[in-house]
Amino acid sequence: MTTLLWGILPYVILVLLIGGLIWRYRYDKFGWTTRSSQLYESKLLRWASPAFHYGILFVLAGHVMGLLIPESWTDKLGVNEHAYHLMSLIGGTAAGVLTVAGIVLLIYRRRTTGPVFLATTRNDKLMYLVLLAAIVLGMVAKLTHASGEGYNYRHTISPWLRSIFTLQPKTELMVGVPVLYQIHVVVGLALIALVPFSRLVHMFSAPLQYLFRPYIVYRSRDTERLTARPERRGWERIGQ
Amino acid sequence: MKVMSQIAMVMNLDKCIGCHTCSVTCKQAWTNRSGVEYVWFNNVETRPGQGYPRRYEDQQRWKGGWELNKRGKLKLKQGGRLKRLAEIFSNPVLPDIKDYYEPWTYDYHKLTNAPLGDDFPVAEPRSLISGKPMKIEWSSNWDDNLGGAPEHGDLDPMVAKVREQAAEKVKFAFEQTFMFYLPRICEHCINPACVASCPSGAMYKRAEDGIVLVDQDSCRGWRQCVTGCPYKKVYFNHRTGKAEKCTLCYPRLEVGLPTVCSETCVGRLRYLGVILYDADQVTRAASAPRETDLYEEQLGIFLDPEDPEVRAAAERDGIPYDWIEAARRSPVHALISKYKVALPLHPEYRTMPMVWYIPPLSPVVDALNETGHDGEEADNLFGAIDTLRIPLEYLAEIFTAGDMRPVRASLEKLAAMRSHMREINLGGTPDGSTAERVGMSAYEIEEMYRLLAVAKYEDRYVIPTAAVGNAQALEESVLPEGCSLDFEGGPGMGGSGPVGEASGRPAPVAVENFHVLADRATADEPADTGRSRVNLLNWDGNGRPEGLFPDREERQ
Repeated sequence: MTTLLWGILPYVILVLLIGGLIWRYRYDKFGWTTRSSQLYESKLLRWASPAFHYGILFVLAGHVMGLLIPESWTDKLGVNEHAYHLMSLIGGTAAGVLTVAGIVLLIYRRRTTGPVFLATTRNDKLMYLVLLAAIVLGMVAKLTHASGEGYNYRHTISPWLRSIFTLQPKTELMVGVPVLYQIHVVVGLALIALVPFSRLVHMFSAPLQYLFRPYIVYRSRDTERLTARPERRGWERIGQ
Repeated sequence: MKVMSQIAMVMNLDKCIGCHTCSVTCKQAWTNRSGVEYVWFNNVETRPGQGYPRRYEDQQRWKGGWELNKRGKLKLKQGGRLKRLAEIFSNPVLPDIKDYYEPWTYDYHKLTNAPLGDDFPVAEPRSLISGKPMKIEWSSNWDDNLGGAPEHGDLDPMVAKVREQAAEKVKFAFEQTFMFYLPRICEHCINPACVASCPSGAMYKRAEDGIVLVDQDSCRGWRQCVTGCPYKKVYFNHRTGKAEKCTLCYPRLEVGLPTVCSETCVGRLRYLGVILYDADQVTRAASAPRETDLYEEQLGIFLDPEDPEVRAAAERDGIPYDWIEAARRSPVHALISKYKVALPLHPEYRTMPMVWYIPPLSPVVDALNETGHDGEEADNLFGAIDTLRIPLEYLAEIFTAGDMRPVRASLEKLAAMRSHMREINLGGTPDGSTAERVGMSAYEIEEMYRLLAVAKYEDRYVIPTAAVGNAQALEESVLPEGCSLDFEGGPGMGGSGPVGEASGRPAPVAVENFHVLADRATADEPADTGRSRVNLLNWDGNGRPEGLFPDREERQ
């Protein structure tokens, strides 16, 4: 079970994420959108959507800091464990509260505004379930283990996650991790796997290039799109 | 000098009878799908009136177009790049569906399926957005023919502007009022604010013909273009989550056919042709400090195709020979630059619009006739143009950022043309003095008459095709290397992809239409079932397709 959850599952998820993204980009560029529902309702969205999105961006930054940056690096910067814990607890909770408030409002809006609910697919519902679960479980895990110095995941979960990327998963590190954290990690992995196959895929089209391109875009007429497909390869059968 | 070519349009408002044929044929051709029920790439507004979407000209509220910053540089009125990205999660100035109108259909089924009874069955209106019964309160031309003008007339942002400046009030008592129709499509601007505000870079201006398009594969639905366009001519498809807009019927233009709206125009008031302009001058011209100079500035960047230097430069910059020749014969160039009777729509937005309008003389002539004067006599007309200040000021707010001189000059030329031609029709020989009064020769007046009044099909539309080498390939139906159904994934095209409606690769337009038509022609069952959501505008009333109405249980 340890090997399955912490040694095999992460790689399955990675393959699903990368393979899924490639598949989606190749076969469904047209479906790759935010599917905004602002046209139907904008009063609630005006507050809920920025709250959620800015919140989740802070949460993401927190995860990068806690999981990908080794403890030894922050030690060298002179940040001791207590200071780090306080920072992560206060910053993380603030971002978490913002995110939860945002998503709860968004889900409320989605359920109660008729047109928005009509435009909600089964895919969306599954995505919302997993997304909400991942966020709430993360908050619960953090706050349950907040007393004193808190739970130092930087000795267990973080090295384990980094070991995934070096292709030598240290599954034994995850054995003693509190069960709430374990559940959060698994649900989080499920969420990552969902990204390419749900509307969450829009996170990969964050338009940062907008800051650097010229205002007016010119393009030449694309004759390729309207012509027949290019010549077939020679080894394909011709005729019957 | 960098010469670029653009296909531009001019509309002669004097001849518009407000029949909405252009709107309807455009709708049939482009937006009769679900998700764009509320969208009219072409709409006809009665002015004075609020327009569609309501009060779109109020840029204090909608933040469309460009403005000058403190250093006199162009910037988007909705804010710079960082502000755009910061507000991307919820666009604060996006019109919502009520600002356009809530689209509806009727519950036609009740008409045929109602049990026998004493009452006539009624087809209730149902919202195409929520599926619920609704009260129809507004549409894209609800104030057609000044309907409701006494109540709503004040809401026209241009009326408000005129009132600020004129002591006299624009009256809305029906019999005293003037009105005209304003058909609007995308302006295909030279300095398009929608393109500039697209974060994904999915919107672009085509280098060959200046048509502004949305790349449906790169659009990510950030909705900034809807705000960016001051004419509110980019729309959000609420089903696919992508922006859509008028394409100037580029598949038709590429093979030399006029747009659908032009082709079907009953009044024959639209003109299509090539304009050559100097791309190096665009930014300078668009940043003219005074708004009233923008019309002249835009005229200034247009190049004269009769000038041999311009022709040489155009050839150097890769403009095909037949395009340069088309520019010489272009009716649009003649009306805009030669006769100077056509004016741009709201140049003060600084987008350099490329659909221009010949202002209507009819309100003036009508007013004259009503007072018992001869509405086509030159002196009467010239006098009336000056005295009827309200129509003039109102037209100036729309076409020249408030400067009355170009509007007056244009109207005077039209007036001169009327009296000059009347004299000929009555058997006289005009001495050309009327023409001289407006700075034209009798010959020019008669040429203009041929273009505006006789308006032959081949004079109105001078459209060079896409490069001849491409022409065959561009015709979808005559694919050179095989069958038109022979595209990737075809011919078994079918319905929705796994990740939402209309996901997956798009099918060529002709193939898609073929399947839809074949379906409807042969089906005993409701068209479209099981394949995608039903498009109510296309629904033939046959059966009760899945997803058309909420489930019965849910309704109770």
